[in-house]
Amino acid sequence: MNHVVCIAYVPDTETKIKIGSDGKSIDEADVKWIVSPYDEFALEEAIKAKEAKGGTVTVVTYGPARADVGLRECLARGADEAIRIASEGIADVDSLGVAQMLAGAIKTLKYDVVWLGNKGVGTDAQVMVPMVAEFLDLPHVNLVTKIEWKAGAVTAWREIEGAKEVVECPLPAVIGAQKGLNEPRYASLKGIMAAKKKQIAVKKPAEVGVDAAAMSGDKSPVRWTKLELPPARQAVKLVPADDPAKAAEELLRLLRDEAKVL
Amino acid sequence: MGFPGVDFLGLDDMFSDDERAVRDLVRDFVDAEILPIIEDCAYEGRFPRELVPKMAALNLFGSTIAEYGLPGLNNVAYGLIMQELERGDSGLRSFVSVQSSLVMYPIYTYGSKEQKDTFIPALGKGEKIGCFGLTEPDFGSNPGGMRTVAKKDGDSWVLNGAKSWITNGSIADVAVVWAKEGGPDGPVRGFLVERGTPGFSSPEHRMKMSLRASVTSQLVFEDCRIPLSNVLPGVSGLKGPLSCLTQARYGISWGAIGSAMATYHCALDYAKSRKQFRDRPIASHQLVQEKLAFMITEITKAQLLSLRLGRQKDAGKLLPEHVSMAKRNNVWVARECARMAREILGANGIVGEYPVFRHMANIESVFTYEGTHDIHTLVLGQAVTGIPSYNPPQE
Ligand SMILES: Cc1cc2nc3c(=O)[nH]c(=O)nc-3n(C[C@H](O)[C@H](O)[C@H](O)COP(=O)(O)OP(=O)(O)OC[C@H]3O[C@@H](n4cnc5c(N)ncnc54)[C@H](O)[C@@H]3O)c2cc1C
Repeated sequence: MNHVVCIAYVPDTETKIKIGSDGKSIDEADVKWIVSPYDEFALEEAIKAKEAKGGTVTVVTYGPARADVGLRECLARGADEAIRIASEGIADVDSLGVAQMLAGAIKTLKYDVVWLGNKGVGTDAQVMVPMVAEFLDLPHVNLVTKIEWKAGAVTAWREIEGAKEVVECPLPAVIGAQKGLNEPRYASLKGIMAAKKKQIAVKKPAEVGVDAAAMSGDKSPVRWTKLELPPARQAVKLVPADDPAKAAEELLRLLRDEAKVL
Repeated sequence: MGFPGVDFLGLDDMFSDDERAVRDLVRDFVDAEILPIIEDCAYEGRFPRELVPKMAALNLFGSTIAEYGLPGLNNVAYGLIMQELERGDSGLRSFVSVQSSLVMYPIYTYGSKEQKDTFIPALGKGEKIGCFGLTEPDFGSNPGGMRTVAKKDGDSWVLNGAKSWITNGSIADVAVVWAKEGGPDGPVRGFLVERGTPGFSSPEHRMKMSLRASVTSQLVFEDCRIPLSNVLPGVSGLKGPLSCLTQARYGISWGAIGSAMATYHCALDYAKSRKQFRDRPIASHQLVQEKLAFMITEITKAQLLSLRLGRQKDAGKLLPEHVSMAKRNNVWVARECARMAREILGANGIVGEYPVFRHMANIESVFTYEGTHDIHTLVLGQAVTGIPSYNPPQE
């Protein structure tokens, strides 16, 4: 079984985001970049399947050269090949555009399963899984927390409100990984040394059949017009607990009348 | 928030992509696996043995060896591993130093094929733990005076004597023991003694106030019989143990940078948020700034020193006195930084809610072991004057 895993290289979830001078982009100066945690679940599951059943794992991303560091990390964990569709010189592209880029690259490969995180922790749009599936004309299962392989098919467990849904899906298919699917491994030093010898294939959008000019900048259907930070957190209010009964009463009052959460 | 590193001069550019990848991997590991438990471990005086398989899975043991399925890293990458581990805790770094530089290195370098085949894979996978016995109760800075002897008797060596202050001693499956062959005037040889051998015991040193998350023990040999094949065939004389120490000390010079990074980073953060006098952060006071300026300057110099050492080591041009300079300087830097950080933290500088006091106590061991600060001073003195002021052992 051959796997393709789509990787987003995103700001570390703990990075303090600053807004750029244009008011509609992130100031990237002090940002630490990481492989999106949901993509790590996807990659781990693909590597586990490869270890159990053979095949290959290819990682694909759309992004600038810094994303190569993320791809190398995936290679160090056990991916076999990496492709980066280069975003250099291309104006902003929305999720639909990125999905087309990824699908374009995936179409050049032989695969049984396409993996994505169910969301990126960057913009949290949560639309990539169905979009990529649509462009590949494949079935998809999203928010998957457990997988079992069968001949030519997969059984997937999904978290739904108050229950678990078990679905069977023919392969090839697109699978969206949810937290809980697995515990991603660390890379190893041996993996890092082995990754050094692997090449990252850098391709222009045109090489994967995508006309970037037609979907970027002003042509992008969805554009960022403004970014705002959430209001600064208010100081903590301490309720003195000398008299527990009174304290509980005061706490209730605050939650109801001031915070208005009850 | 994950540790952002300390890099005032932009030295990151001087590392290769894979060196940075190695560092970042160990950095993440320390943040996720070591820091959440280490303060309790140190307080309880417990070595977190549960981390051994995890460290092995990362290939942290014997990482410069390129055979036996080990990664074959260069010396700069090895140094960065030591730096990051000691940013977590000097005890964890000591464990890896001993396993890699003091146990796997001599077996790999001086061992027979059988010894290597038996021990290197198991040590690399963390299935076996090793220790290195050189110091004795009466011989620390002057190991050449050691009294432990190994005498041939039929098809065995018979070991008698005692080693002290041995890292990992009580938990080791195999001890690399340095003893005099034949009698007190014989050459120093290395012997492999396995746990469970009759006549071998390893009582732990009690009441340690430093390196509390690391095991330190005595090794006692009373007519301890080991097979003749358990001697390391490739080396004779003090050169054996001293060459191992050069490896380990090189790593310690990097480790000390990690310790200093941890205390500096903590002190800087604290100074910016702690307010005293007119609601101003203590970082605004000149005396506090002087300390922070000292720390960052010394850390940066230490980084440059170790990096140069690593590149020289990879080029095969490193001399033992270069390592003495870096061990002496960088551990001193870490010790000064720990104290200054501890001062900046005020009362919080003495509690385990911050890493500073633990690092401050730990670095006292590092200051003494692997050649004390003063002994390295004498090594340097001899290197520049050509005059030995003491009777130094020769590598
Ligand atoms: C936590 C810990 C772990 C250790 N782990 C190991 C291990 O795994 N394996 C191992 O073999 N050993 C280990 N050691 C031992 C360590 O290497 C020795 O403690 C060290 O070599 C110093 O020896 P000593 O303690 O006997 O001090 P001494 O040699 O007695 O020195 C005492 C003082 O005298 C000074 N001094 C000595 N000679 C001179 C001189 N000629 N001129 C000027 N000053 C001098 C020293 O600098 C020092 O300040 C460990 C020690 C510690 C604390």
